[in-house]
Amino acid sequence: MSTLSIDPRRLLRHETVLVFLLAIALLVLSVQSEHFFTADNLLNQGRLMTEVSLIALAMTFVILTGGIDLSVGSIFGLVAISLGVLWQSLGLPLPMAMIVAVMIGGAAGLLNGLIITRFGVPPLITTLATLMLYRGLAEGISQGRSVRGYPDWFLQLAQGELLHVPNQFWLLCICAVAAAVILGCTAFGRAIYATGANKTAAWFSGIDIRRTQLWIYIASGLLTAMAAIIFVSRVSTTRSDMGTGMELEAITAVVLGGASIFGGHGTVIGTVLGLALMQALKNGLALAGVRGDGTIIVIGLVLIATSLISNSFNRGKS
Amino acid sequence: MSNDAAPILARNPLTTELAGAAVTSTPMVSLRAQIGQWRHEFILLGAIAALFIVVGAVNPMFLNSANVTNLFAGNAYIAIAAIGMSMVIICGHIDVSVGALIGVLAMVSGSLAVNGYSPWLAWLIPIMIGVSISAFVGALVAYVRIPSIVVTLGMFSILKGGLITVTGGMWLSGLPADFLIAQYRFFGIPSTVWLMFVLTMLAAMWLHGSFSGRTFYAVGSNAEAAQVIGIRTAPTVVLAFAMHGGFAGIAAVLFATQMQVIQSTVPAGLELTIIAASVVGGVSILGGRGFIVGSTLAAILFAIINSSLIFLNVSAYWLRAVQGLLILVVVLADITQRRQVR
Repeated sequence: MSTLSIDPRRLLRHETVLVFLLAIALLVLSVQSEHFFTADNLLNQGRLMTEVSLIALAMTFVILTGGIDLSVGSIFGLVAISLGVLWQSLGLPLPMAMIVAVMIGGAAGLLNGLIITRFGVPPLITTLATLMLYRGLAEGISQGRSVRGYPDWFLQLAQGELLHVPNQFWLLCICAVAAAVILGCTAFGRAIYATGANKTAAWFSGIDIRRTQLWIYIASGLLTAMAAIIFVSRVSTTRSDMGTGMELEAITAVVLGGASIFGGHGTVIGTVLGLALMQALKNGLALAGVRGDGTIIVIGLVLIATSLISNSFNRGKS
Repeated sequence: MSNDAAPILARNPLTTELAGAAVTSTPMVSLRAQIGQWRHEFILLGAIAALFIVVGAVNPMFLNSANVTNLFAGNAYIAIAAIGMSMVIICGHIDVSVGALIGVLAMVSGSLAVNGYSPWLAWLIPIMIGVSISAFVGALVAYVRIPSIVVTLGMFSILKGGLITVTGGMWLSGLPADFLIAQYRFFGIPSTVWLMFVLTMLAAMWLHGSFSGRTFYAVGSNAEAAQVIGIRTAPTVVLAFAMHGGFAGIAAVLFATQMQVIQSTVPAGLELTIIAASVVGGVSILGGRGFIVGSTLAAILFAIINSSLIFLNVSAYWLRAVQGLLILVVVLADITQRRQVR
């Protein structure tokens, strides 16, 4: 256990910096625009951030084990188009199509995990290749068409509200709490930290590092699939290019949240703070009239800047 | 012969001496051992030959000399970018932003040419910008110690977003004829193919035969040990990134001058093709091991695979899936085969 206890002061420090940054961002944004700090806008931001957040939660686990999953954006597209085609072209009932689509996401994650654990191909290479493969499958299945005309009850899933809070935001909160509990309070969570910190040591301590990694990549596929279905329900249409570049946003949020890209360090709380900060930035830029392409520049800058700041803190410490 | 071949034959420089004198003192190697050392390159060559024969048998048009020339000329820029990528990977790092970098530099090159600058400036300035950007990335990696994947993921979105924002998605056309260096021919062979061969040879000889080239391997296989024996690791990493930026710049100029227009979007997954060429070419993603000739051969192999898919009438919608699958299969086969050798 002692090898696993991470200096709590250091973790606290990064997260304190994030809370501080978030507070500044919220302050600046609410001064800049009176539309920002309204319940409607904030709840709507919660709706918009759910898809990336679900993926980022899974990505936290992946990065904690020292891996990376670049294929999530493509899995997102593959699941979205599968859902549409299963329902509209193959005539499956929509609930059934949703289940099968989620299973396709899980299978995509399973394939990643198998290649990484059984063949020993580095996660970066594996998921770069499956990024292309899954996107290609999505394009092949869609044949360039989009699927529309989903029934009303399906659209309500991600457009409706429960107690004035968007449905999917409830789901996100449940998933975030579950992720934090799994990571912080279970043997599996400990196994994840151990695997990421030192694979050999973890192996000799009796942790099945292969099975741990395999489950994490499956979970990544499943959560991405759920995110894709929520997205389809929110925007009421399906295209094969959905989710392009989403892996970047998810990784940015996780790294912003203080997780080490080499594995072993990081928390769910950090990732959640990272996500909130990113969404605040996006929203602020949109309110200031910056278009989508400008936003990805800022996200890239934030990613590099945070690593810079966090690294200089750590160096000052050691 | 042994003197010329020695630097190239010393496949793992660290097992020979690192003192620089090693270049001339490599022991004579038996023919069999020599073939064994080139095993990986022979497999790649075999795969290239097999594809030519099989696809040529199914569709003889594939062996048409115009097609073969186009195939090499049109993909040489990928092989050239893979040279630089291999150097970065040998040093133990990675650059996932190279596709966006090539897109930006191609646009810079084209804009200079269209705005009346001399072709020489339009060729050289993007290369210098590439060197500067990548050296900056290398400095962040080496001195500030941000992991290269994080820096280059960030650079990827900055460059890609910047390209679309600045160009507004417009294509660039009306390029002056003397600017189109990729369409020059010497002795009937396109300039891109010449450049690919010359740069591959120079890079391979420099990487294996010079002291500074060999430090890349030392830093990539064990940075601490390299530091201990007196190699300054941080400048080495910056140098590797700077050279990578230079090769990306050359690749960008060739990419920009291949056609009459320059698109403001980068070919999707270009960085994947370049990284995959390095890895399949025998460069270990963990650093410290690899050979430039292999990465060029792998880039050619990928080009042939892509072209054969078209000649075998694979539907355009499924093209990317088949490419992704093939890259995955090649990587898997490569890793299993290398594990058996060890």
